Amino acid sequence: MAALIGRRLFTLARAQNDVADRIAKISSTIRIIPDFPKPGIMFHDITTLLLDHAAFKDTIDLFVERYKDMNISVVAGVEARGFIFGPPIALAIGAKFVPLRKPNRLPGEVISEEYSLEYGTDIMEMHLGAVQAGDQALVVDDLIATGGTLCAAMKLLERVGAHVVECACVVELVELKGRDRLGEKPLFVLVSST
Amino acid sequence: MSACHSDDPRIHAIKSKIRVVPNFPKPGIMFQDVTTLLLDPKAFKDTMDLFVERYKNKNISVVAGIEARGFIFGPPIALAIGAKFVPLRKPRKLPGEVISEEYTLEYGRDCLEMHIGAVEPNERALVVDDLIATGGTLCAAISLLERAGAEVVECACLIELPDLKGRERLKGKPLYVLVESH
Repeated sequence: MAALIGRRLFTLARAQNDVADRIAKISSTIRIIPDFPKPGIMFHDITTLLLDHAAFKDTIDLFVERYKDMNISVVAGVEARGFIFGPPIALAIGAKFVPLRKPNRLPGEVISEEYSLEYGTDIMEMHLGAVQAGDQALVVDDLIATGGTLCAAMKLLERVGAHVVECACVVELVELKGRDRLGEKPLFVLVSST
Repeated sequence: MSACHSDDPRIHAIKSKIRVVPNFPKPGIMFQDVTTLLLDPKAFKDTMDLFVERYKNKNISVVAGIEARGFIFGPPIALAIGAKFVPLRKPRKLPGEVISEEYTLEYGRDCLEMHIGAVEPNERALVVDDLIATGGTLCAAISLLERAGAEVVECACLIELPDLKGRERLKGKPLYVLVESH
């Protein structure tokens, strides 16, 4: 009996180490670019992660492992880097993919949600009819900073009656407290950057 | 080359999922909307499978996707065939050092950019976008990759508008599409 418990704990520890190893590898491929788009900002560039096939695959696998049994029916990706990570997750878990876009990009009838930026506001749009009441939704973007964009995304989905299960990002900029801005909605990230 | 002339049953289902929106972005244009295809998980998967089946044994080391709809279709192909993914973007979106290629639009000009160092000489590249119209954007993409020393093996799109003759503007590179729209 003790041997059985010991083996199971060993297997669990090994699985957690495997996740930790993959996350460390993913984190190491993300490039920090100072002063972009303006002085003082340390930009987290995921394009270098995309150049490492194993790291990119691990990124998607970690999200898929988490979401495949959660009955997610729609993955909503925020333009434009959410379009890179969202569709592979949607394909793997059998969900539809819905792009959330800047104004005037989607050709059909849309609903719009305005949200604040540091200076001024922006607008995010979703096609009418893409998401139905009762859909279980996952919101995907490459990074969460202040959380303004993700909040707007969640509002769009909730306005049509979907239930937002979680928000998923590769990187979280912890100091900007975006997680708090999401309120009760859970946030799952792979890399926390301080 | 167009897969739409083949007997593959997946093609007809894919074509039926694409929504045509009249007069977008301006009067007279019949816009081919792929977002409705993305709402059908089987049709979306079939779309990706058709491309992956074609490219998986061609030693492609880089898939370049054109912002923004090329970002939806390019990465799943790259992941499935073991290639890296390189986003080709509008100006000032990429944070690192870039090379830029200007190209003409119906009225005016636009610019496509790629990170320096993303692609190395002699890499074999695939360019992906949702649709080819006049071919101007794809031509700019080919130029960027060739300037970095890569060999563009093929361009791949879901949809071709053959009447606009974009196929002839690809610097001699082959084009593979799933459906045509006249």
